[in-house]
Amino acid sequence: MMTGTIPLSTLVSWLDAFRTEVTEQRAHLTELDSAIGDADHGANMARGMAAVMEKLEAGTPATADELFKSVGMTLVTSVGGASGPLYGTFFLRMGMTAGAVAEFDGAALAAALRAGLDGIVARGKAEAGDKTMFDALAPALDAFDAALASGSSIADAAAAAADAAEAGRDATEPLVARKGRASYLGERSAGHLDPGAASSAILVRTLADTLGSS
Amino acid sequence: MKKLINSPENVLADALAGVAAAHPDVRVDFTNRIIYRATPKADGKVALISGGGSGHEPLHGGFVGPGMLDAACAGEVFTSPTPDQMQEATKVVDRGAGVLHIVKNYTGDVMNFEMAGELAAAESGVEVATIVTDDDVAVQDSTWTAGRRGVGVTVLLEKIVGAAAEEGRDLAAVHALATKVNESGRSMGMALTSCTVPAAGKPTFDLPDDQMEIGIGIHGEPGRHRVPLAPASEIAQQLVEPILADLDFTGSPAIVMLNGMGASPLIELYLMYGEVAKLLEKAGVKIARNLVGNYITSLDMAGCSVTVLKADDEILKLWDAPVNTAGLRWGA
Repeated sequence: MMTGTIPLSTLVSWLDAFRTEVTEQRAHLTELDSAIGDADHGANMARGMAAVMEKLEAGTPATADELFKSVGMTLVTSVGGASGPLYGTFFLRMGMTAGAVAEFDGAALAAALRAGLDGIVARGKAEAGDKTMFDALAPALDAFDAALASGSSIADAAAAAADAAEAGRDATEPLVARKGRASYLGERSAGHLDPGAASSAILVRTLADTLGSS
Repeated sequence: MKKLINSPENVLADALAGVAAAHPDVRVDFTNRIIYRATPKADGKVALISGGGSGHEPLHGGFVGPGMLDAACAGEVFTSPTPDQMQEATKVVDRGAGVLHIVKNYTGDVMNFEMAGELAAAESGVEVATIVTDDDVAVQDSTWTAGRRGVGVTVLLEKIVGAAAEEGRDLAAVHALATKVNESGRSMGMALTSCTVPAAGKPTFDLPDDQMEIGIGIHGEPGRHRVPLAPASEIAQQLVEPILADLDFTGSPAIVMLNGMGASPLIELYLMYGEVAKLLEKAGVKIARNLVGNYITSLDMAGCSVTVLKADDEILKLWDAPVNTAGLRWGA
């Protein structure tokens, strides 16, 4: 099966990398959101992740449940919009599933990520092809599970997940949005990447990069 | 971007400071970004809170005061406030009779108020009822979208239901009235220009000089379709027709709001009201009350929206009841 375990400090590095990337790509994310939304996704994610890291730098919890609960609640209380509850619920559910552990193996990480995605579905009621963050995250987690099952390392599985997330993100371009503000555009939402799928692809890519370099 | 701001990051905080400086009859909680009445209402009365992204002023903070809201939670520009804000406001305004949450049907607002409800249920014993407004007829295919948006009727609802709460009606009655008002109102908006979110620094969408956007929401999201610019009389037709096609307004008195999106001068709003009133009267709609001005805006967007509410004697009486807020003031 898979090899190795991931200490909590690596997951904090992942969150830090996600903060760095959404901050660097805030203009790009906002640009995508201008086309089919309300031009605030980049600013909101950058603000939320800055708040997350500020809190973690003041004191990092020792267990995964506390870590992800803190991340989720900080996002919920600092991001607003739809992204706050969706990303917040993702991390809150990850924490609930992970439990009071200090390290993850591949299966535990896969289960936590899957619970996070289920939380997003429960909160946002999105289905495949609705042109949402689900369209990047769902194929990513499927790829992660499949790679682990075929014996890949956690880092290689995460890299496969990141590729799948980016493919899923790119596949949102021709779709007509059925959820969120973009849905009000009807056919006019086609021809644009979904901003939530774009930030989700960054989330998975930064996980892969962090695991690949640790 | 040319705006009267210090920096894009501080727009909301600086604006709240200005609200506090201008209106001693409200109290601003700067930490939680909540505007409260300076003097809470009497014990035993239902309290009303609303909230939403900023950039729609006077909605909602300008409607806090006797006769309307008890508190308003302010989010970042065009971004819903967060559950902890709503939960805090709910706890503070409750006078023991429960709290009505007034939520505009936008995905983010609905999700955040939903989480606030879950947190409140887990933590405090305050009874909460929620009304989600969804009056925007521009959203045609609500099965395949996030549903009709909550827009202009929210203003009328906050006034009418606020008056009912002031009378001392219980939470179930207040909620029932809110439902009735929402179901009796329809809106349609249009834009002549886009708007500029301070954090983005440039207009949200491009709209050529000879075009207009019909069926917009209130967040600079583009509308349902783009058509050549037309005279006001034709624009009025494009707004009024879908409203009348959606609900029969004949046989009842109507409250009509001609709302500016933020950058259209009053002379144009009155001109548009004249066109709209003419069309409504021709269609047999009897206008009993009206409101012309900027009440639910979209930053510096030029354009307007029309809201028509099918009223009755009860609703008119509540409409006429005293109100004393920064955004609406009469009889008080």
